[in-house]
Amino acid sequence: MSANIDIAFTLNGVAVRASVPAHMSMLDMLRDELHLTGTKYGCGEGECGACTVNVDGLSVNSCLMFAVDCDGREVVTIEGLAGDAITEALKQAFVAYGAVQCGFCTPGFVMQARHMLRTRPNPNHDDIKRGIEGNLCRCTGYKKIIEAIAEAGLASNVENGP
Amino acid sequence: MNDIEKAAGSGSLIGKRIPKKDAPEKASGKTRYIHDIDLPGQLYAKILRSSQVHAKIKSIDTRAAKALPGVHAVITAADIPWQRPIGVAKDHLPLKHDKVRSPRDEIAAVAAESEAIAEAALKLIKVDYEPLPIVATAEEALSPGAPLVHGDDLITPGPDGKPVVVHQAALDNVAMTFQYGQGDIAAGEAASDAIVEDVFKLHYVTHCCMGVSGVIAEFDASENLILYSNTQVPFLHKREFAELLGMDPGRIRIIQPPIGGGFGSKLDIYPFEPIAIYLAKITRRPVKLVFTREEEFIASPTRQPVLMKMRSGCTRGGVLTFREVETLHDNGAYTSWGATTPFVMMQTISSLYRVPHCDYRTRAIYSNNPYAGSFRGYGNLQATFAVEAHMDRLAETIGIDPLEFRLKNAQDPGEVTPQGMHFKSCGFKDCLKIAADRSNYQNKRRANEARRDDGNPIKRGVGMASMLHVGGGAKIYPSDGCGTILKIDDFARVTLLTGASEIGQGSETVLAQLVCEELGLPLSSVNVINNDTDVTPWDVGVHASRTTFIAGNSAIGAARKAKDKILAAAAQKFGQPAETLDTREQCIVEKATGKKLIELAKFIRSLHFSDKAELVMTSFYYEPPSKHQDKKFKGDVSAAYAWATQVAEIEVDTRTGVVKLLKITGAHDVGRVINRLGIEGQIEGGIVMGQGYALTENLIVENGVVCNPNFRDYKLVTAPEIPEMDVAFIETMDGEGPQGAKGVGEAPAICVAAAVANAIYNATGVRITALPFTPENVYRALHSNLQPPTWIAAA
Repeated sequence: MSANIDIAFTLNGVAVRASVPAHMSMLDMLRDELHLTGTKYGCGEGECGACTVNVDGLSVNSCLMFAVDCDGREVVTIEGLAGDAITEALKQAFVAYGAVQCGFCTPGFVMQARHMLRTRPNPNHDDIKRGIEGNLCRCTGYKKIIEAIAEAGLASNVENGP
Repeated sequence: MNDIEKAAGSGSLIGKRIPKKDAPEKASGKTRYIHDIDLPGQLYAKILRSSQVHAKIKSIDTRAAKALPGVHAVITAADIPWQRPIGVAKDHLPLKHDKVRSPRDEIAAVAAESEAIAEAALKLIKVDYEPLPIVATAEEALSPGAPLVHGDDLITPGPDGKPVVVHQAALDNVAMTFQYGQGDIAAGEAASDAIVEDVFKLHYVTHCCMGVSGVIAEFDASENLILYSNTQVPFLHKREFAELLGMDPGRIRIIQPPIGGGFGSKLDIYPFEPIAIYLAKITRRPVKLVFTREEEFIASPTRQPVLMKMRSGCTRGGVLTFREVETLHDNGAYTSWGATTPFVMMQTISSLYRVPHCDYRTRAIYSNNPYAGSFRGYGNLQATFAVEAHMDRLAETIGIDPLEFRLKNAQDPGEVTPQGMHFKSCGFKDCLKIAADRSNYQNKRRANEARRDDGNPIKRGVGMASMLHVGGGAKIYPSDGCGTILKIDDFARVTLLTGASEIGQGSETVLAQLVCEELGLPLSSVNVINNDTDVTPWDVGVHASRTTFIAGNSAIGAARKAKDKILAAAAQKFGQPAETLDTREQCIVEKATGKKLIELAKFIRSLHFSDKAELVMTSFYYEPPSKHQDKKFKGDVSAAYAWATQVAEIEVDTRTGVVKLLKITGAHDVGRVINRLGIEGQIEGGIVMGQGYALTENLIVENGVVCNPNFRDYKLVTAPEIPEMDVAFIETMDGEGPQGAKGVGEAPAICVAAAVANAIYNATGVRITALPFTPENVYRALHSNLQPPTWIAAA
């Protein structure tokens, strides 16, 4: 067991402090220490995208980043996006287009899709497929997820965000 | 009106695109899966698995682990002398006491203050093994003098404490056998003008639910067990856990948090569940046990790997004459549902097409490999792969178009097959014709064949396959029923308590829809409760594509009783016969004119407060009119049967062996579409799962060891690889189905691999009889480097 390290960062717009073991992943910190369970463990090695979060404007597999590396950064999870225009458009489209079945992968897809729409508004289906190829879904066959993201891209009609 | 209401629109709800009721929570990350639940005082459990494939356990030393601060309990088989076996054949103790038969085998378990401490404790447990020779394949298992996987009787204490043989030694390594026959193979052969024979080999794949396995076990102060479980069969498991633990079933409550994927994987009890319960009992604390992904790959069930020898014949005129099939199933180290997939395989073999003479034999063989459970399609992917290859091969042999050949032998409505299945509704021929038409199958097939030798290294292929699967439940137990309790409160809100489980497939939405349709209520006024055995009525579980059909009929039954009750009371109040009244748009109306007499909520409220005060609550139990099979496997096991044809269009790069699935055109006899959005989701997801089975997924097992227990090396299909999907729904309006619907959950995954195999042949002229069609396997097959599978000499 390694000693804990104190870190300070912005989580969903709020300044937070945490004391975490050096080997702890950001995913474990979010889930076990900060009790934000919308970010999911699917594989722990960056292959499934269920743990996708946003760090300083970049889309990140939180299982692959050490918690201590959050120090000084701005972290956004699915919980922090209630009310965010793109996210609301995505959530509505995921619901309306049937892009959710068991739902375990869904928060990761929403996070990744939001990142995509912020960097590339109105993507076509091929763009979307490339954009979500790091996210696995076992239930839907992806088609409805792709349709939902395309619809949200149109609906949110967003400008490039930071 | 919320988003779901808006999408539903007005009028009849049947056939509409209805978003899932639980989707908003899930898309917001608010849904609490078992991984997200922590109980006060909870401990974390981890399991020590075998470092050996096959070995005697000589000793286990847990002293150092027990001494680690934060460790509450370390258990081995010696600590639970009252252990009883799990599984279909009761050949499996959760904690192994004498030997290990697979690297997944559970040797010890720890409950600790944290997962990290539990993991550290595992490393301190010392196990001394005496290695035994490994049985790596069914072939090895059957060779003379092979080591025995279950060479001794399994003896455990019975209910009275006296030792009982719960599983007899398998001295030939045979775990289970099945034999089915109809007609006379010799007569079929004599009538044949063409006979084809092949050996097929179907590989290991696994479910890969995105939510890994997990359980939380807790005993209350009165020693009642509360189990937070992902099971697909809560009521049957309640009884099984009772037997396993020597408890009164009435003291077991199973709560199902939302489930992160099922696909059949959660149909059996696995060792981690009783182990968590043992730990909870010993520590008197809630115990949570959640797998890692690696553990999920190693220690959860697989699809049944099958070696199959098939001979089929037909007349010159294109009429099937006989089919003779023998299969070997690598059962792995223990027996779970995978061993019983022959129930489904034999249905496809005997009854997808009319075959007068049929013989089917199978043996499930013990080995030191992972063991197979149930997996969406339940043996049907394997059987369909072989049957549909032979349909193409026979058609080619006698020089008839493969679609015509299939149409000649396809089942019709009203048929009763020699195996006893009665196809009351059957859209099979429509499936064949519509899938072929929509994909332009016949023209493309001929064009691709003509282009085979044009020098272009990239070949195009088109292939067809069809399937038959239960669509009206499956009476594999003496009952196949489901109960519903329905109550309407004084604001006309309905609470539907159903035995049916939601595993992401959308059952709660379909059930709400069916109830709203009966009662004239909007979807937002129905709340579905489906996750607690202390609350919900009995059901046999979510499997066999049964939920919409069985639970749907049950929900409709309860809704109709409620409606009858309301209209009878309204008839009195308004002085009109009940038959002239109806419920529409949340009102009681005159049926003929639609004239609104009173708001439903107001009327129900008045019932509560009247002289003879009454609540509107009803219950209904639906048992389908199907029959348990007899000892010869004959019987009409389902109240309805689902049919489908899928046409696969592919591209094969002959330089690399890469097969791209371009398009699937499907035609599915679904009885009737209830929720169009939901059924499309089932079909699309099933097709892509079938694509993975055909092209990318391969659980590599060498000498008993899973070599690729991660998503990097076990390749699920990703978004850029999905095919175009064009699906037609054939609505045969099944007479017994809820609003005419049949079950559909498993159907879409079944045909894909078979259709792709036929497409590869169409593209290249090479018939590959072993899955998966990975680039390496396809390249070798195209360049004469791949040995086709052979039947086992010793068998």
